[in-house]
Amino acid sequence: MAQMNLLQAINSALVTAMTEDEKVMVFGEDVGHFGGVFRATSNLQQKFGKGRCFNTPLTEQGIIGFANGLASHGSVPVAEIQFSDYIFPAFDQIVNETAKWRYRSGGQFTCGTLTIRTPYGGGIAGGHYHSQSPEAFFAHIPGMKIVIPRNPKQAKGLLLASIRDDNPVLFMEPKKLYRAAVGDVPETDYELPLGKADLVKEGTDITLLAWGAQVEIIEKAAAMAEEIGVSCEVIDLQSILPWDVETICESVCKTGRLLINHEAPLTGGFASEIAATVQERCFLYLESPIARVCGLDTPYPLAHEKEYMPDHLKTFEAIKRTMDY
Amino acid sequence: MQDRNHLSDVQATNSVSLIENGLVEIPMLQLLDENGHETNKEQSPEINETTAKRISTTMQYIRLLDERMVGAQRQGRISFYLACTGEEASTVGSAAALSENDMIMSQYREQGALAYRGYTTDQFMNQMFSNQLDPNKGRQMPIHYGDKKLNFMTISSPLGTQISQAAGYAYGQKMAGEPAVTICYFGEGAASEGDFHAGVNMAAVLNCPVIFFCRNNGYAISTPSEEQFKGDGIASRGIGYGVKTIRVDGNDVLAVYAATKKAREIALAENCPVLIEAMTYRLAAHSTSDDPSGYRSKSEEDKWRAKDPIERFNKWLDGKGWFDKKATDAFLEKSRAEILAALKKAEKVPVAPIEDIVEDVYDTPPWHLKEQLVELKAHIAKYPEHYPKTSGRLK
Repeated sequence: MAQMNLLQAINSALVTAMTEDEKVMVFGEDVGHFGGVFRATSNLQQKFGKGRCFNTPLTEQGIIGFANGLASHGSVPVAEIQFSDYIFPAFDQIVNETAKWRYRSGGQFTCGTLTIRTPYGGGIAGGHYHSQSPEAFFAHIPGMKIVIPRNPKQAKGLLLASIRDDNPVLFMEPKKLYRAAVGDVPETDYELPLGKADLVKEGTDITLLAWGAQVEIIEKAAAMAEEIGVSCEVIDLQSILPWDVETICESVCKTGRLLINHEAPLTGGFASEIAATVQERCFLYLESPIARVCGLDTPYPLAHEKEYMPDHLKTFEAIKRTMDY
Repeated sequence: MQDRNHLSDVQATNSVSLIENGLVEIPMLQLLDENGHETNKEQSPEINETTAKRISTTMQYIRLLDERMVGAQRQGRISFYLACTGEEASTVGSAAALSENDMIMSQYREQGALAYRGYTTDQFMNQMFSNQLDPNKGRQMPIHYGDKKLNFMTISSPLGTQISQAAGYAYGQKMAGEPAVTICYFGEGAASEGDFHAGVNMAAVLNCPVIFFCRNNGYAISTPSEEQFKGDGIASRGIGYGVKTIRVDGNDVLAVYAATKKAREIALAENCPVLIEAMTYRLAAHSTSDDPSGYRSKSEEDKWRAKDPIERFNKWLDGKGWFDKKATDAFLEKSRAEILAALKKAEKVPVAPIEDIVEDVYDTPPWHLKEQLVELKAHIAKYPEHYPKTSGRLK
C-alpha cells in the first residue's frame, strides 16, 4: 500500500498496464513529455519511449479515429481526451465507429481493446467548457462501457480492468478529486470488476446513489441525515453502462426509498434511466417517489457554480422530503 | 526543401504579394495513352502476364457484377447497390500493387480491390442479401463488405471515418514490426470531411505507413468537384500536410499500378504516409437511389466512356500478345452464369436467427440485452405469423 492521490493512482495503473503488455499505448494532447495538463501520464514517455506514449495533434476526432484503427489492429490504445467537454468532435467516431465496430463486422473485427480516458465534472471554477458531465450521452450507445471511479483505489483497479476489458470503455475521471482525493492504493497489479456497484455504507431507511465526485457529497448528506435519525445506505454505481441493477434494486427493496444524485443536468440524465428501471422492478416496495438531485438544466455556470451543484445540503433536504412523503 | 517547423526559419520578404492557386500545377502520371500505347516504356511498371490477366479479368468481372446487381436492385431483390463502373482501373490496379498482408480500409466503391484479393461471388451475394451466411450477420446495408482473412476491413457508412482509422491501423502495424502497410480509399467528396484533415495530419506527424488513395471521380452524389473544393484537387492538400503525393490517371492501370507500388515502397521503408490522387470518372450513378441524368449531361459521360479503363488496358494486353478474345468471352460467359446462380442461391438462404440480434454488441451480452432478448422472443412466439423470418426458428 502507498498513499496516492487520484492522479498518481491513474499513473500507477498506466505504468502497470504498459509494463505488463507492450501493446498498450498512451496518447493524446500534451500527454507525452509534459505528462498531460493534469500530469496523469507523467514519466510514461521516459519509461516506455516515444513510440508508446506520445503527443497527438489537437484533434479529438483524429485521436479517437486513430485509436479505433489502432485498436482494430489488436494494439491496446489508451487515448486521452483532455477535457470531456471536448469529446464532442469525436462523437461520430465514438458513436458510429468505436461502439459498432464489432457488431457491424459480425464479430470479425473489434475496437474492444480501446480505453478512452477523460477528466469530467465541475468544482474547479472551470465554467461550462471545463466542467461538463456527459456520461448520459454515451450511455445511449450500445457497445460502449462507461466507468467512473470515486477515489484513488477505485481509479487504479477500475482503470486496469477497463484497459484489459474486451470492450471499448469510456473512463471518466472526476477532475475535482485529482489531487483532493488521497488514499491507500495497492502498489500491486489488481482489478476491480466492471458493471458492479460498490456498497459504501449500509443503512435501512433510504438508498443514496451517486458516482464519481458526487459520492462524497451523498456521504456528507448521509452523515447529516444520521444526526436526525435517518439511516442511509450509500452506493457508488461505478459503472454507468452496463449498470448494476441487481445491487441497486436489492437495496431499494430493503430501504423502500431511493435518491439519485448526479452533477449533469436533470433532464435526460442517467438518473432518469435508473429511476424508470427501479420503479418497474421495485414498485410495490417503494414508500415514496424516487428523488433526483441533479445539476440544473443550464450550461454549467462559473460564478454560480455552488448554486448549480447538487450539493450535500440539497441532498439533505431531498432526503427529508423523501422520508416525510 | 526542408520542413520549416519554426517561424524563425521562415525567410522574410518585404513584398506584399499573395501566393495564388494555380501557380504550381501538379501533373498527372499517365503511362498508357487512350489507344493502349505506353507513353514512357522506361517508367512502365513490370507486370507479368499472370498478374496482367488477373487485373483484366477482375475489372471485367466487377463490371458484370455491377450490371447484374444494379438490375437485381431494380427488380427489388436487394435494397441497395453502388457500382464502380468507370473506376475499375483505380481500385483493381492499386490492389494489384499491394501485398496480401496489407490492410485495405475502403469507402464503399472498392469491390474491385476485394475481388482482386479473392472474395468469391458467393461471398459478395451473401453480404448483399443479408442472409445468415453474411459475415456481418445481416446488420449492414448491401455493399458493406469485410473479410478478416483477406485483410479487408468491414466498411462503415459514415463518410471519411476510415481515414484517421487507417493512420491508427498503420501505426499498429509499424509498432508490431509487420512488413505491411494500410491503404485507405476515399472519394474526393469524403476529403471534405474533418476526418480527412485529422487523419492525414496525424499520419504525417506520427509517421504512419499508410497510402491515402483518393478516387477523384468527379461527383459526390450530385455535387460536382468544382462545388466540392477549390485549389488543385486533393493532391495539393497532401503536399500541404507534408505528405509525399502523386497524381495519376485513374483510368490507366499502368499508372495506378506504378504509383501504388512506389507509394508502398516509400511508406514501408520510410514509415510515412503517401497520398495518391487518381483522376477518374464515376460513369455509374452514385447509388441505385440516384439518377445522374438530373445533374450531368450524356455528352460528358460519353467523353469519359471513350476513356474506358478496361478497353484501354485490354488494348495494351493485346499489344503484348496476351489478350485472348476467345478466352475472355468464355470467362465472361462463365462469370455471368456464376453470378446468376449465386444470386439465386443467396436469396433463398434465410436470415440469421433472432438470438443473434444481441450478439457482438459486447464481447458477451450484458444483463439488459439478455432480458430484452427474452422479452422479444416471447413476443415473437405469441405472434409468429407477424415475424415469419424468425418465428419458426426460436431456440
